[in-house]
Amino acid sequence: MNIFVLLRLAPDTVEELEIGGDGKSLDADILRFKPNDPDEHAVEEAVLLKEKHGGTVTVAALETPEVDDILYTALAKGADRAVKLTGDLGAAQSEAAARLLAGFLKAGGPALAPDTLILLRSQSIDDLEGEVGPYLAEALGLPYACVVTQVAPAGGAVKVTREFSGGLRGEFTLPLPAVLGIQSAEKPPRYVPIAKVRAAMKTARIETVDAGAVEQPARVGVERMYKPEAAGRAVMIEGAPEEVADKVVELLSKNSVI
Amino acid sequence: MAKPILMLAEQVRGQLSDISFEMLGLGRRLADALGAPLSALVLGSEGAPLAARLGLADKALTAEDPRLNMAPPGTMADALRQVIEKEQAGLVLIGATNVCMGVGSILSARTGLPFVNNVRQAQAEEGAVRLTSQMYGGKILADVRLGGACGIAGIYPGAFPADAGRSDKAPPVEAAGVTVTAPKETFERYIEPETGDVDITKEKVLVAVGRGIQTQDNVGMAEELAAALGGAVCASRPVIDQGWLPLSRQVGKSGMNVKPRLYLALGISGAPEHWEGMQGSQCIIAVNTDAKAPIFDGAHYGIVGDALEFIPLLTDRLKARRG
Repeated sequence: MNIFVLLRLAPDTVEELEIGGDGKSLDADILRFKPNDPDEHAVEEAVLLKEKHGGTVTVAALETPEVDDILYTALAKGADRAVKLTGDLGAAQSEAAARLLAGFLKAGGPALAPDTLILLRSQSIDDLEGEVGPYLAEALGLPYACVVTQVAPAGGAVKVTREFSGGLRGEFTLPLPAVLGIQSAEKPPRYVPIAKVRAAMKTARIETVDAGAVEQPARVGVERMYKPEAAGRAVMIEGAPEEVADKVVELLSKNSVI
Repeated sequence: MAKPILMLAEQVRGQLSDISFEMLGLGRRLADALGAPLSALVLGSEGAPLAARLGLADKALTAEDPRLNMAPPGTMADALRQVIEKEQAGLVLIGATNVCMGVGSILSARTGLPFVNNVRQAQAEEGAVRLTSQMYGGKILADVRLGGACGIAGIYPGAFPADAGRSDKAPPVEAAGVTVTAPKETFERYIEPETGDVDITKEKVLVAVGRGIQTQDNVGMAEELAAALGGAVCASRPVIDQGWLPLSRQVGKSGMNVKPRLYLALGISGAPEHWEGMQGSQCIIAVNTDAKAPIFDGAHYGIVGDALEFIPLLTDRLKARRG
């Protein structure tokens, strides 16, 4: 199977986020980036599929600061090829990013190889649309499934499990080529020691492909960005750990929980 | 008069989800403010009895085709596109749920309408609609203005009151006249929720563990605390993804919706996806090392500290009380 995984760095939301001077975006100077959680799952699923069924894994990302790190990490985890798309990318939002990625995927010819499977995060946290997969599938004219937690090749197709709600899931079959929005891989994403990533940096090469320019302007723009005001705030229980535990017991007893 | 507002009711195997009423209440408020009619669309077989419950809509439309039951996003988007054209709808409301995920983006790609997802607030203003989208895991809000009140809004579950969408009236119900094209993605079967040893939706006390629990061994500590409280252990997504607890214990968007008397959130940051599944808990006590964790914005009681230190201290005290 010819597997592509499309990656993007996202701001680490564990860190403090600040609004930039324009009032419409985050202050890029203080952002710390990390791979999207579901992207890590997409890489894991791709490598698991390759280990089980053979094939090649290509990871690709639009150029952003520090993006080399996630590409090398994916190579260290078992990807075969890494591609960085450069060009006049601006802050490509979901739809524009999807078109650039589609352009890269179609560069080999009008039709994708029949055994092509494209994996990416089911959801994103860093734009208004919150998902790039459906736009990509539309741009490529391919079938799409999201919230996917299991993938199994079945002839010229893949069988996938997707989540609905309340624990209910559904099984779908998609003919290949197909685009899958991954929620979680079959196993937790593997850990690679930094030494292995460094080794990948020495031996592997990231290919650079010119993706051109963003043609599709965003259909709607952000007018204002701000931090939410907490609707309420928890009553904080303070003190030494033992004291806190005593207070919680008291609280539970008062509320007749114990 | 402003263009009609269209909302996509969400049903899961013949049951309307809460999000349907949340969107209906919101749709009614926006429609009244804009002077626009409100239509509700129910996709899937046996939609008519469900449509009859959407009394706040000026009319309810059905597309009774089994291929629209839990349909792939492209199939749902295609049905919606046809209805938008027929009704000349301007604003389209869709649930930002797992069931409808992907529909808004595909519809946007096919119609050229802008798509704003994860909407938590919405106001009509002078022929336009201002939407507030939740980004970056709920840490940032972004305001967007849809000129002409035209566009697609993915409505975040739990952001608008469901009660505002319920009514005893029945709306006029019509067939939408949708032509269903065979989806490229074939639905094979439902996979029923795993029935574990414990049904966490029925427990009165839940000890919930998140990333902060750090290792699988520490889950045992939480089990012990749950036993001392006469409750059960549940978890947020990262813990389930690690395989430390079965799927049947997952709380949140993909997992269970729980409303226990006590929800003890240990090492859970409070991402919106988790919050969605436990916000109805009667009493939420959260323990987290990060004083700025969003869980403290919604919990009733908060403790800034290490859950791993807190768990045994509390367990010991509860055991001592019982003697």
